[in-house]
Amino acid sequence: MQEPNDRRKSRRRFLAGAAGIAAAAPLKALADNLQNQPPNVPEWTHTLGDGVGVRPYGTPSKYEKGVVRRTVPWLTATPESSVSFTPLHALEGIITPNGVCFERHHSGVAEIDPADHRLMLHGLVDKPLIFTLGDIERFPRVNKIYFLECAANTGMEWRGAQLNGCQYTHGMVHCVQYTGVPLKTLLNEAGLKPNAKWILAEGADAAAMTRSIPLDKALDDCLVAYRMNGERLRPENGYPLRLVVPGWEGNVWIKWLRRIKIGDEPWFTREETSKYTDLLENGKARQFTWVMDAKSVITSPSPQTGPVQKGFTGLSGLAWSGRGKIDRVDVSLDGGRNWRTARIDGPIFDKACVRFYYEFDWNGDALLLQSRAMDETGYVQPSKSELRKIRGVNSIYHNNGIQTWHLKPDGEVENVEMG
Amino acid sequence: MSRWVSALALVAYVCAPASAQERHYNIGLAATPQQISGWDIDIRPDGVGAPPGQGSVKQGEDIYMNQCAACHGEFGESAGRWPQLAQGKGTLASNDPVKTVGSYFPYLSSVFDYIRRAMPFGNAQSLSNDELYAVTAYVLNLNDIVDDKFVLSKQTWQQVKMPNAGGFYDDDRQTTEKRFWNKNPCMKDCVPPVKIIGRARAIDVTPDEKTQRGVE
Repeated sequence: MQEPNDRRKSRRRFLAGAAGIAAAAPLKALADNLQNQPPNVPEWTHTLGDGVGVRPYGTPSKYEKGVVRRTVPWLTATPESSVSFTPLHALEGIITPNGVCFERHHSGVAEIDPADHRLMLHGLVDKPLIFTLGDIERFPRVNKIYFLECAANTGMEWRGAQLNGCQYTHGMVHCVQYTGVPLKTLLNEAGLKPNAKWILAEGADAAAMTRSIPLDKALDDCLVAYRMNGERLRPENGYPLRLVVPGWEGNVWIKWLRRIKIGDEPWFTREETSKYTDLLENGKARQFTWVMDAKSVITSPSPQTGPVQKGFTGLSGLAWSGRGKIDRVDVSLDGGRNWRTARIDGPIFDKACVRFYYEFDWNGDALLLQSRAMDETGYVQPSKSELRKIRGVNSIYHNNGIQTWHLKPDGEVENVEMG
Repeated sequence: MSRWVSALALVAYVCAPASAQERHYNIGLAATPQQISGWDIDIRPDGVGAPPGQGSVKQGEDIYMNQCAACHGEFGESAGRWPQLAQGKGTLASNDPVKTVGSYFPYLSSVFDYIRRAMPFGNAQSLSNDELYAVTAYVLNLNDIVDDKFVLSKQTWQQVKMPNAGGFYDDDRQTTEKRFWNKNPCMKDCVPPVKIIGRARAIDVTPDEKTQRGVE
């Protein structure tokens, strides 16, 4: 660990550099070393820096080392079957950098030699097939930007505000551009039998993760992807092949994809029965709740971003919907009593994250910040109490209720529950 | 003649798979039955896919104690935060639901298929078919689903009655949550003045940098 003084210093730098518009610290907080400030000429202006090739694969500045995936160690028995969270509070725009995309593994990261990887298609097909990675890459390619959200994102907040950070409350989501082949193309290559109704997708990891998907969805917009944001999938995200199931819960996006079986009924695997089913108050559970409902969160300011300054202030946030495009995002400064429409900046893609902003002059009074997303189907992100009225508090999965951040007069932000 | 042609066209249209319009690329090799057999391990609730073999509760007890009990507990009660396998009956509608093989899993296949593909944790797909039947029988016995003398096999598969088989229904959000679709959501004076009733800070379970996994 760093010494406390170093930690304070790097925290100030972090706040100034990485945490978004609302967290911009005043200039005096940046004055760590007056030698580098005007009228002095800093050392880096006198001396040569590293030449090219020193960093063959570049990484962020050493001053950005706080922008990393983080874990909640008490949450799970072991890191191999666990989750790490995207640092949403420190990111902007709609694309998540590959190195900080959240992870959810059930038996650790499979380290697969791509030369040995095979994808098998069999079951109710005319011609069972085996593809190499090279085979898959020969098919016509498509590029699509989609969000991927774990069904359990925000799952720790069902009973009330628990984790004090956007990274932990909402960080099981990321949004990247995938390159791959439509699953429909591969299924067509094998030839579907008339009674084909479902597919089973299976991973090559030590969990052999397995989920049933209706054929309609498989033929609609699913991809077999091998790249994210231009480069190969990261091992954590399913290298060398993963299934992309736009708008649906992350667990069905099978990583390290090795097999697709075509059948006439679902398989009711452990992951779609004892896990990833939504237990309601009456003790019955919803199954096959694949679609991720519209959701949004203000990423900055949020508890991890640090003090907000009085005066001109901007809120920055993310919104997404598994049902289609985001149509609108509203924000509230008074805990959901009054709403005003936020400004969306950047592209709006089907089943992808959008970035929204709301700017105002803050007089230093306490505020209760909220955002609510609306999608093109007319779905409006509900409040947490509206959601609990229907679902109770035991469902773990699919918590898309409106998040409240309490902006206090001292500029700090905390995760609170409204009543 | 023209009627015959159009009838034929209709048949072709109805029978054509949804993706028929796309060309074939002749990429990939035929998967042989032998290749498929090594990976085709999934099992459906009706037992389709269950391998040959059998195992008794008694045989399963030895396997369980050696390979499962360290995490799942001698009685399926779980050690630490590992998944609990037994007990929990009658808790699903309570404030503290306990989801186990006996209280929650709807099908025998959901248990057997999972053990077959993913257990023991860290040594997956290492049990023989007979061992799989035996250890599954023992887990069922821990949940009082089968008696001490039970022998599980493809033949006795349908005798196993899972207590929560009727506990699930398909996603109905489009009807039960219809109120969430609203083209004109309220913008002004939508709720009475609200107040803070809970704070994450009060619970104090947010990790700090010292507790991060993989951080020195």
